[in-house]
Amino acid sequence: MNWVGRRLPRSEDPPLLRGEGRYVPDIAIGARAVRFLRSPVASGRIVALRPPPAMPPGCLFVTGADLAGVGAIKPGLRRFNYRAVEQPVLPVERVHFVGQAIAAIVAPSAALAEDLLEECELDIAVDDPVIGFEAALAPGAALVHPIAPGNVAVEGEIRPEGFAETLSAAAHVVEFAFRSGRQSAMPLEGRGGVAEYDRATGRIRLSASAQMPHQLRTGIAQLLGMPEADLQVIAPDVGGGFGQKMALFPEYPVLVWLARKHRGRFAWVEDRNENLIASAHSRDQRHVLRAGFDPEGRLLALEADILADVGAFSVFPTTCAVEPLMALAEYPGPYKVPAYAVRARGVLTHTCPMAPYRGVSRPVITFGIERLMDRAAAALGLAPDEVRRRNLHDSFPARSATGMVLDEASYIQALDEAVHILDIPAFRERQRAARAEGRYLGLGLSVFNERTGYGTPAFAARSMDVVPGYEVVDIAMLPSGEVEARIGSSPHGQGLRTTLSQIIADRLGLDPGAIRIIHGDTDRTPYGWGSFASRSLVIGGGACQVAADRLADKLRRGAARLLQCDPAEVTLRDWQAVAGAASMPIAELARLAHQRSELLSDAIGFNLAETGQYDPGGTFSNACHAAIVEVEAETGHVRVERYLVVEDAGRIINPMIADGQVQGGVAQGIANALFEEVIYAPDGTPLTGTLADYTPPTCAEIPEIEIHHLETISEATITGAKGLGEGGSIGAPAAIVNAISDALSPFGVDVAEFPATPPRIRALIRGRAPRA
Amino acid sequence: MTEVRFTVNGTAQCVAVEPRLTLADMLREECGLTGTHLGCEHGVCGACTVLMDGLPVRACLVFGVQAEGADIRTVEGLAAADGTLNVLQHAFQAQHGLQCGFCTPGFLMLATWLLEQKEGVDEARLREVLASNLCRCTGYQNILAAVRVAAQEMGVWREG
Ligand code: FES
Ligand code: FES
Repeated sequence: MNWVGRRLPRSEDPPLLRGEGRYVPDIAIGARAVRFLRSPVASGRIVALRPPPAMPPGCLFVTGADLAGVGAIKPGLRRFNYRAVEQPVLPVERVHFVGQAIAAIVAPSAALAEDLLEECELDIAVDDPVIGFEAALAPGAALVHPIAPGNVAVEGEIRPEGFAETLSAAAHVVEFAFRSGRQSAMPLEGRGGVAEYDRATGRIRLSASAQMPHQLRTGIAQLLGMPEADLQVIAPDVGGGFGQKMALFPEYPVLVWLARKHRGRFAWVEDRNENLIASAHSRDQRHVLRAGFDPEGRLLALEADILADVGAFSVFPTTCAVEPLMALAEYPGPYKVPAYAVRARGVLTHTCPMAPYRGVSRPVITFGIERLMDRAAAALGLAPDEVRRRNLHDSFPARSATGMVLDEASYIQALDEAVHILDIPAFRERQRAARAEGRYLGLGLSVFNERTGYGTPAFAARSMDVVPGYEVVDIAMLPSGEVEARIGSSPHGQGLRTTLSQIIADRLGLDPGAIRIIHGDTDRTPYGWGSFASRSLVIGGGACQVAADRLADKLRRGAARLLQCDPAEVTLRDWQAVAGAASMPIAELARLAHQRSELLSDAIGFNLAETGQYDPGGTFSNACHAAIVEVEAETGHVRVERYLVVEDAGRIINPMIADGQVQGGVAQGIANALFEEVIYAPDGTPLTGTLADYTPPTCAEIPEIEIHHLETISEATITGAKGLGEGGSIGAPAAIVNAISDALSPFGVDVAEFPATPPRIRALIRGRAPRA
Repeated sequence: MTEVRFTVNGTAQCVAVEPRLTLADMLREECGLTGTHLGCEHGVCGACTVLMDGLPVRACLVFGVQAEGADIRTVEGLAAADGTLNVLQHAFQAQHGLQCGFCTPGFLMLATWLLEQKEGVDEARLREVLASNLCRCTGYQNILAAVRVAAQEMGVWREG
């Protein structure tokens, strides 16, 4: 019986459903509360910073001056055109964005700490801030950091010889300039941590709502100059991350510093306002595309000019290059292009720093190329699906414009299947009829590939000082026959315990209930990279498979000894080691291996433990998304009537969990397409500091999401799985906005910005009469 | 400090709290019931939803002292004493209605209230009520499915 491929309910769920989950705010109860004094201005020099006039007993005030000896956060990138801007943990001289932590107050309760925050004395000599691309790139603009001339933190360029000639010789040149709004990953649980000093050992335990506990430990230990082995980092239940919780935020080293210096237990649990203004943002980009097509609609040349607003600092460990340079490397997605020229810049501004958010740059580049395809279709008189079909890669392995290997995939099949399900002729009929009544329906497509499960080589090529990628899994069978697997990945809601246990159970002939996945604790798990970039199941799962196969070998050798046969004759299934007519329970084998080792040790040694390592080169998932929307011309309101995903993520380990990942991703993508935007006033004050201003959708706005799976088994991964955590959010902005543009085509307008909020749509069509 | 007497999940409680302490913090910090989560502390997300005298309230917008004499129900009161999940909780697991689980207690309490209404639940009412709360992980579809299935199993689902 195979467990892989089954809709197994999640073992994670029962405690969470009983309210017995353990998240950071639960661990924080009883600890001394830490709250941060945050900059009220975007740019300025700290003139005075003093604690409240009267500090009650048990309270502390900590500033950057107290942290002398603590290093600055300095994410490294070995590129000549990268400016390694340093971020002080707590600044002593200047502030760089509204919300930047300046000082910490410690009090017995959070309420008292917040009272004291209001009495702190803070005087800042305010300077004009640099807000937005125009201001940052204007000639003579003030510099956010003196070491970054022109406010460019990182830059990359590819321009093959003869490119301009190729582009200008094309029969049709289609241009598209667009902007994606600034957005927040907005996990429902914000950031937070509890740092505790252990008097018995002198070690610190930090429980943090984090996606990368091992990396957080390394980063904090380096900043504080403390032995890394004296720090244990735990990621307990984590209430969502979506990329935002990858970063080493300054608040964490402050907590650990407090716990070391004052030998106590200190907790910081951020509120929603802090999360929205001071954690991390994403997506704020502006691209200008020019594409040359031949008379048949084949793409001959693509030129992209990419700007990403990276905020005031580069986050550790991914650096501020993550968005602009990923866009540089991965345009034009699944499409063939003989000539590609690109320039990408990460631009510094006095705003909250930019960090990865589900999809990283691909939602934006997919928006760009997919809107471009629709515009090309219109210019060439082709149907939107046809222009895509003519340009998609159709033989594999293929090479992308920047040399990445695109493995076996189903780009055209996914498109064809979506088109077939949608019945476009019938829709066009309905669209015409609706228009006659003054109702505007539209259909939008989005085809993309998603680089997933990439290991060390792919990250090494990015020249980051910190190169993630591999995963290591330690697996051991206990005398009872149950199995513990210690993983370096660290999930934050993806159900990884369940899916990994399915993989291991199949290899060992057990059932998933016998497998315990241990994660999120640097004391108990091998060094690893957590969960991001649609990688945990592909890489962590691959390492589990390697480890389980080794353990299975050992079990077969042990069983062969006892059953007096050849190890190759032994199979493990249904809790039995079987060799021909003979068999023995795996649990008995495990018991003997541990407790009657004299029978087995010369065949298998003294422990039933193995390590698996896995570091794949990466693969590409792909999908076609399609949306049907209705736009209300009077209000600009968009209703998503239908949303379809044809998705190919290789072998699906647990279809229920896979669909959940797609649905959640699409919902975030629709949110990005229609609703969510972080907005700054010209003086750098965030205007979207509550959920009433930053408006995530509810179930009233998110439609049913239809999912169809294709299954191109990946040759590039040992489980055959490709990743799918991010795909939903990559495809949705393009599909939705293409549908809106299609709906509004009678007005002769074209949407070049997301989120496509009602005011933006109204502004586009105001004063325009629809053509019949 | 003010003394507050109330019941939580059928157990009588008496705690002394500052008048400014919210019901959510009182439940979490004074009663040890950390199943009630805080996602925004300003009344938008609904993660903190509990039932107070039979009505769903956002526990971040209610002061603890307002619970004087009240009967409160939280997520910890749903499962049987031995931990067996009730019909609604079970449906959440079977329908994959949760991922990170942070929003889940609020949805469970909101849905508990909905399923106890004598007029029953139909599709429109289901969406209308559950639109009170935010989930960032699931895309909602499976949460709706879970409550729908639970309503069917409990015999309170109305077609149309
Ligand atoms: S925490 Fe109460 S509504 Fe969000
Ligand atoms: S399951 Fe994570 S917020 Fe709903």
